[in-house]
Amino acid sequence: MAEPMRIRATMAGDVADVKVLMNHIMETGLRKDSKTGQLVPAHYITEVTASVNGTKVLDAGMGGGISKNPYLGFKVKGPKAGDKVVVNWVDNKGDKNTAEATIG
Amino acid sequence: MNALRRNVLKSAAGAGTVAVAVAAGLLKPSMALAGAPRSAFEAKNVGDALKGMGATGAVDSKDITIKAPDIAENGAVVPIEVTSGIAGTTAIAIISEKNATPLVADFDLSNGAQGFISTRIKMGQTSLVRAMVTAGGKTFTAAKEVKVTIGGCGG
Repeated sequence: MAEPMRIRATMAGDVADVKVLMNHIMETGLRKDSKTGQLVPAHYITEVTASVNGTKVLDAGMGGGISKNPYLGFKVKGPKAGDKVVVNWVDNKGDKNTAEATIG
Repeated sequence: MNALRRNVLKSAAGAGTVAVAVAAGLLKPSMALAGAPRSAFEAKNVGDALKGMGATGAVDSKDITIKAPDIAENGAVVPIEVTSGIAGTTAIAIISEKNATPLVADFDLSNGAQGFISTRIKMGQTSLVRAMVTAGGKTFTAAKEVKVTIGGCGG
């Protein structure tokens, strides 16, 4: 499931506005397959971390209640244009993905 | 282990104490930094989820704004935006009260991250969406009802 993740980071005044779009099925493990009647195994992102220039700004825990292909927006005060934002996620099967973007 | 972690975090005057705990092998680094323990995400009702997070006794606050649709046509994708006007906000959690597992997500904010989170959640049915905000060691809360016409969980 390591499909690319998209990040957009823009400065608005002294606050960096970061928007992240992750590609993930976010299966809760509570849903039944309509054909077989079996529960579809859980497969969702459990942790997302974000850092700016190597300093951690966000550490999120997620449950199956986040929508498929999760969107996450957050704001950080302090960075300057040209600074680097790195976002990582890990899912309940141990898959992980990383993406980075430059604040523009 | 989780109870231990809560206590360590509560009693920590600063990051130094946590670092000592990490060094002593009491806490794995990922555990010390992550938000609510995984068990809170598996809790089947709001009370257990809050207890798991260590966020009981939250105070209602008007400084928390939840931006969400009044009526969500599709419960699988409900945009939620939480803004905390409380100074020193360090964490925001989102709870959809009638979901099979109410705790949706928990965000720890640090190093300049603002009291703002925008995301999209699944909602099984019409219910209150609750935001829990931690600031200065205290927990504040606010809720907004979202009506769901088509559920997003289970099918």
